[in-house]
Amino acid sequence: MSEQDYGFDTLAIHAGAQPDPATGARSTPIYQTTAFVFDDTDHAADLFALRSFGNIYTRIMNPTQAVLESKVAALEGGTAALATASGHAAQLLVFHALLNPGDEFIATRQLYGGSINQFNHSFKSFGWNVVWADADEVATIAAAVTDKTKAIFVESIANPGGRVTDIAAISEIAKKAGIPLIVDNTLATPWLCKPFEHGANIIVHSLTKFIAGHGNSMGGIVVDGGNFDWGKDGKYPMLSEPNASYNGIKMYETFGNIAFAITCRVLGLRDLGPAISPTNAFNILTGMETLSLRMERHVSNAQKVAEWLEANDKVEYVNYAGLKSSPHYDLAQKYTPRGPGAVFTFGLKGGYEAGVKVVSGVNLLSHLANVGDTRSLIIHPASTTHSQLTPEQQTIAGAGPELVRLSIGIENVDDIIADLDQAIG
Amino acid sequence: MDHFTYTNDYISGILQSVKTIALVGASAKKVRPSYFVMKYLLDKGYRIIPINPGLAGQELLGQTVYASLSDVPEPIDMVDIFRNSEAAGSITDEALTLSPLPKVIWMQLSVRNDEAAQKAEAAGLQVVMDRCPKIEYGKLSGEWAWVGGSTGVISSKKQTLHQSGKMQSLGLAPKK
Repeated sequence: MSEQDYGFDTLAIHAGAQPDPATGARSTPIYQTTAFVFDDTDHAADLFALRSFGNIYTRIMNPTQAVLESKVAALEGGTAALATASGHAAQLLVFHALLNPGDEFIATRQLYGGSINQFNHSFKSFGWNVVWADADEVATIAAAVTDKTKAIFVESIANPGGRVTDIAAISEIAKKAGIPLIVDNTLATPWLCKPFEHGANIIVHSLTKFIAGHGNSMGGIVVDGGNFDWGKDGKYPMLSEPNASYNGIKMYETFGNIAFAITCRVLGLRDLGPAISPTNAFNILTGMETLSLRMERHVSNAQKVAEWLEANDKVEYVNYAGLKSSPHYDLAQKYTPRGPGAVFTFGLKGGYEAGVKVVSGVNLLSHLANVGDTRSLIIHPASTTHSQLTPEQQTIAGAGPELVRLSIGIENVDDIIADLDQAIG
Repeated sequence: MDHFTYTNDYISGILQSVKTIALVGASAKKVRPSYFVMKYLLDKGYRIIPINPGLAGQELLGQTVYASLSDVPEPIDMVDIFRNSEAAGSITDEALTLSPLPKVIWMQLSVRNDEAAQKAEAAGLQVVMDRCPKIEYGKLSGEWAWVGGSTGVISSKKQTLHQSGKMQSLGLAPKK
């Protein structure tokens, strides 16, 4: 049997993780070492020239990290992957491989705030220019394409608004423009949504969230769909042209359908340096083995909490795509039929004061700035992450004074609801 | 067999049953994929005979280069074709005139010639198209995962260190 014959849960446990060849260790060992011994100078030369597979230095690859990469690639249905220090690092390496100074990429406005900052500020200093479009109006994405556009970036389930993106429609725009579609699949995980099946070419994740699940380790990953022709028009010179730092090899010619992941590793990670630690890779692998079990509980709890909130007199609205009242309900049925994740927002009729009251009053939910933990999490953006903005700016940013964001955990759902009930008052 | 997908058993059966591989389209340029593949397969213990009329008589990675398959003075188990799909037709025709016949015709990534494949199969040969033996060896041994690749292998048996005893080298598991 090969991988395609096995189910998701089997892959989550076994893909990439055969017993260790030297010791027979059944659990993946933590290879906590910076470097690896060469057999001889010929072997070293082959590794440095990319002629042989093998480990050189943990900034570029590590056997614990490799198991994580192979496993996520298998779960997403990709050809290869590259794990990084964080989700932000994964995005940095993706755009480093695709863009030259002066190039543009299109991103949807409905993104994680950290990505908005990275694109608006840090990327600008590299000369990589983001052009914003609206995820709900795909025509605005098509209208934003110019001859400088090198990629489109979206989130499958947008953070924090409970929105689901029409990946297939946006993929058609990308195909027409001859550019790759990058999907951040963090809030969905491959158990809820498989972006490659809807036309995505590259997937990125913050592994820190649902994939790890435990909230104890940072990590990110780039997954190569192996489904984009990087050589067709010279638009992506790092992939198609001879590379001076590897004696003139051409990445796409040499590595074919894993060329993008290899380019991010041997040119991006090698030179920019945001490697994942072997221990964090191990911690994330441990969490991943129970991914489907946890996601099943996350989405079932989230659905019940959203329905309870919607029926509550003090709640003005609930943005969860699993509710029939949501404008994203139909998209959720198509792209995330098992449930549209566990991160969503709701608004209180009492406005700013009511928002402060609820985050102050919770005893079980944790008031912090993360999502995708086993624990239920809550934050009131207007008094924290978005407190420097005016109320008008907060509303435009999707973080109005009355808005509260939840990341529903896997506790007993009655306890989560009881805690929210007493905090809302 | 539609030659779009192959089972792991089919590929590992081939890679464990051949020893002498004629590599048609071998290159002396160290950055070419054919050079990468030749070096890797030599390191894994295969005998590689490079074929390239422009380099005939010279040595490549210590192996004598021949102008054509017909010039090779020893039996060939597998013909690995690093030429375009059209050229794969005449190379397969030539391979089918050899005595003894090779056991396998292998066409590299992006190389596909269904007519040649039918002829070879009719003569009792096994055929692989649009694949690379280095990549397939790496997937089946587990080395492919070292660079983040999805190997397509699920197994509770431990990976096999290569018989050469080299530190970073996995081998194909013995045939069942």
